[in-house]
Amino acid sequence: MDRRPGPVKDAQMTRWTTCDLKTLLAKASPLRSGDQLAGLAAESAEESVRARMALADQPLKRFLAEPVIPYERDEVTRLICDSHDATAFAPLSHMTVGDFRDWILSDDADGAALAAAAPGITPEMAAAVSKIMRNQDLMLAASKVRCVTRFRSTVGLSGRLSSRLQPNHPTDDAAGIMASIVDGLRLGAGDAVIGVNPATDNLAALGDLTDLLAEVIDRYAIPTQACVLTHVTSTIELIAQGRPVDLVFQSIAGTEGANAAFGVDLALLREARDAALSLGRNPASGQVMYFETGQGTALSSGAHHGADQQTLEARAYGVARAFAPFLVNTVVGFIGPEYLFDGRQIIRAGLEDHFCGKLLGLPMGCDVCYTNHCEADQDDMDVLLTLLGAAGVNFVMGVPGADDVMLNYQSTSFHDIQYARRLLNLRPAPEFEAWLEDRGLTDAAGRLVSGTDALPRLEPSR
Amino acid sequence: MSEPPDAAPGRTPVLRPEDRAVTPARVGLGRTGVSQTTAAALAFALDHARARDAVHHGLDPEALIEALGDFGQSATVVASQAGDRSLYLTRPDLGGRLAADGVAALSARADRGADLALVLADGLSSQALRHAPALLAILVPRLQADGWRLAAPVIARHARVALGDEIGEALGATLVLVLIGERPGLTAADSLGAYLTWAPEVGRSNAQRNCVSNIRPEGLPPPAAADTLHWLLTEARRRRLSGVRLKDQSDLRQIGETAPDDAPATLEARRRGPATDPD
Repeated sequence: MDRRPGPVKDAQMTRWTTCDLKTLLAKASPLRSGDQLAGLAAESAEESVRARMALADQPLKRFLAEPVIPYERDEVTRLICDSHDATAFAPLSHMTVGDFRDWILSDDADGAALAAAAPGITPEMAAAVSKIMRNQDLMLAASKVRCVTRFRSTVGLSGRLSSRLQPNHPTDDAAGIMASIVDGLRLGAGDAVIGVNPATDNLAALGDLTDLLAEVIDRYAIPTQACVLTHVTSTIELIAQGRPVDLVFQSIAGTEGANAAFGVDLALLREARDAALSLGRNPASGQVMYFETGQGTALSSGAHHGADQQTLEARAYGVARAFAPFLVNTVVGFIGPEYLFDGRQIIRAGLEDHFCGKLLGLPMGCDVCYTNHCEADQDDMDVLLTLLGAAGVNFVMGVPGADDVMLNYQSTSFHDIQYARRLLNLRPAPEFEAWLEDRGLTDAAGRLVSGTDALPRLEPSR
Repeated sequence: MSEPPDAAPGRTPVLRPEDRAVTPARVGLGRTGVSQTTAAALAFALDHARARDAVHHGLDPEALIEALGDFGQSATVVASQAGDRSLYLTRPDLGGRLAADGVAALSARADRGADLALVLADGLSSQALRHAPALLAILVPRLQADGWRLAAPVIARHARVALGDEIGEALGATLVLVLIGERPGLTAADSLGAYLTWAPEVGRSNAQRNCVSNIRPEGLPPPAAADTLHWLLTEARRRRLSGVRLKDQSDLRQIGETAPDDAPATLEARRRGPATDPD
C-alpha cells in the first residue's frame, strides 16, 4: 500500500506527515467544543490549518491501510473495510484528499459520477475531504448528489423538499398527537414521514401509537409513511405482534462501543430490517429503515477511541448505508453545547453531515435544532435551514411552532418548511403534493388554502 | 364552519387542531403568507428569552438559605471546578468535581457519616431551586420521623448531578439526594430534578441513580415529588442500592415515565424522552 507522505513544506509539516491519520483528522477538524472536551482539538488556529494542509496531501489509499479504529476491535471498522468496493474506488485511487476535493467540485463530477464513486468512498475519506472544504463547497457538492428513496412518497428528488411531521406529546396522548398531525398536514408537512418520539417504552402503548398512525394514513389515503421512534428491539416485538410498522427507527453511531450504548449491534439491525421486510409494506424499494445520528454521541458514551466527533459521525453513515435506509436524519444541535457550542458550530456540523451522508449515498435529512443551553436561536436555524434547502437536503423536521414539547428543544416549524419551499422554489414530494391539492389544502399553484376552511375537507377516503 | 370529521367511529380521535387543550404544542398558530404571525413569533421569542435567562441566571445562596428556614441555617455553600457559566456549559466533567476549598469545608463538618446528604444545585436553571423549600418542608420531617440522620444541606454552584457523588463521599453519607435545576424548556424554565444515589463516591454512573424530574407546581407538584422521593429513599436504604434495579421494582410510571434515569444529552435521551442533562 502506498503510504508516501505528501510534500514536506516545513518542519511542522514534517511532524504532521508522520502523524497518524486519526490525530491528523482531529487536528484538521474545524473547531468545535466536543473535540475540545475530548482533548483532541488543534491548540491554535494555525495548527488547525497546518493540519488541513497536511491532510490535503494524504493519499486516499492511506485511509484503506490505516483505519482510525482498529479492525480487530470494532465491527464498524470491519463493516467499512469488508464492504469497500475497490472497483468503484479505482478512479479515485491515485488521488490525495486535496485532489479528491478538487474532483468533487469539478464539472466532471456530476451526480452520476459521484453516485458511482460512493461505494468506493469510505466514511473516513468523506470526513477528511469535508474538513478541507468551506461551507459553500459542502453545499455545492452535496447539491449535485440526489439520493432518492421510495415508499408511498418519493423523497429526495431534485426541486423537492420533504419533511418529517413530528407530532410529539409529553404523555403520548392520542388526541394531542392527532391535533399536531392535522395541524402539520394543513400546513403541508409530513411527506417524508409522520414520526412520533414516544414518551413511553411501554410496548402496549407503542402498539397503540403504531396503529393510530397507520389508521390516519390509511383513512385519509395520505401518501406518506409512519414511524414510532422507539428502540429497535421494541419495534421487532411490534412487528412480531403484526402491528403495521412502516419504518424501523434506530439511533446509531460510528463505533461498536457507542452502538452498544444504544443497545444495538449490526446483527440486531439486520434482524430488524428483515423483520420489517417480512411485512412487505414497501416491496418496491425495500427501504424500511429510519436512522438518526448526531456528532458527539460516541464521546458522550465514552466510546470515541480518541477520534474526532465529525469523523465518527461519518462512520455512523457507514453503518446506515449497509441497511438501505429510507431516511437518515442528523439531529445536529440536540446534543448540547459541550459538543457543538453555538449556532456557528451547529451550522457547520449540519452542512458537514449532509455533505458526508450524500457523498456516501444516503438519503440525508437534518433536524435543524438546538437546545436552550446552546448559544443559538431561531435566527441560526433560519440560516441552516436555508443553506440545507439550497444544498438539496431530502427532508427537515416539522414541529408545531418549532417547539417540541416532549423533548424540550427547538427544531423547525411547519411554517419554516413552507418558508424554505417558497424562498428556494422547492415543492413537496410529488405524490404528497398531489394529495394536498386533491384535499383542497393547497391550490393549483401549490399555495396553502387560507384559514381553517381547508380542514373540513380532510375527510376520510372510505 | 362545518364540524371537523370526528364523528367516525374507531380509534382516531377528534380532529380539532384549534383545540389547544389537548396538547401543549403550538398548534393552530395561523399564518401570514407562509410565515408566522407577529404575535406567534414574538411569543416564541419571549419564551426562549426566559429559558436563556434561566440558564445564565446566577444562584443566590443567601436567598435560598433564607427560604429553607431552620433547615438551611447550617448549610455549606460550595462550587464546582467549572468557575463560570461558559466553562460550566462546555465542561460537564468540571461541573462534576468540587473546587478544592469545598472539599476542605465538607471534610471539616461535624455531621459527617449521616444517612443522607442533601445537595441543592443550580444545574441549568437556578430558578428551579425555588421549588426545593416546599419539597423539603415535607420530605425532611418525614425522614426525621423515620429516624434518618440528615446532614446539613450543601448548596452548590455550577454543579452537575455528579457533583453530589463527591459531596456525599466527603460527608461520608450513605445516600445523597441532589435537587438540581433541569435544562429549561420553552414551556417551563424552572423544572427541578431530583437524583438519588446510594453509597456516593466519585465515579458513580448515571445508571446507578434514580431520577424524579419535572418537579414544579404545574408539572409534578412538590408534595407529590416528596411522596415519591420518600418511597425511593426508604427502599434504597432498605435494599442498600439505587439505580436501575430499584427503578425496576417501583411504579415510576405514575410519576412520569419520561424521566431520564441514566441519560445525558444523547440521541438515546431523545428516544427516551426529555433530556434534562444537568448530569
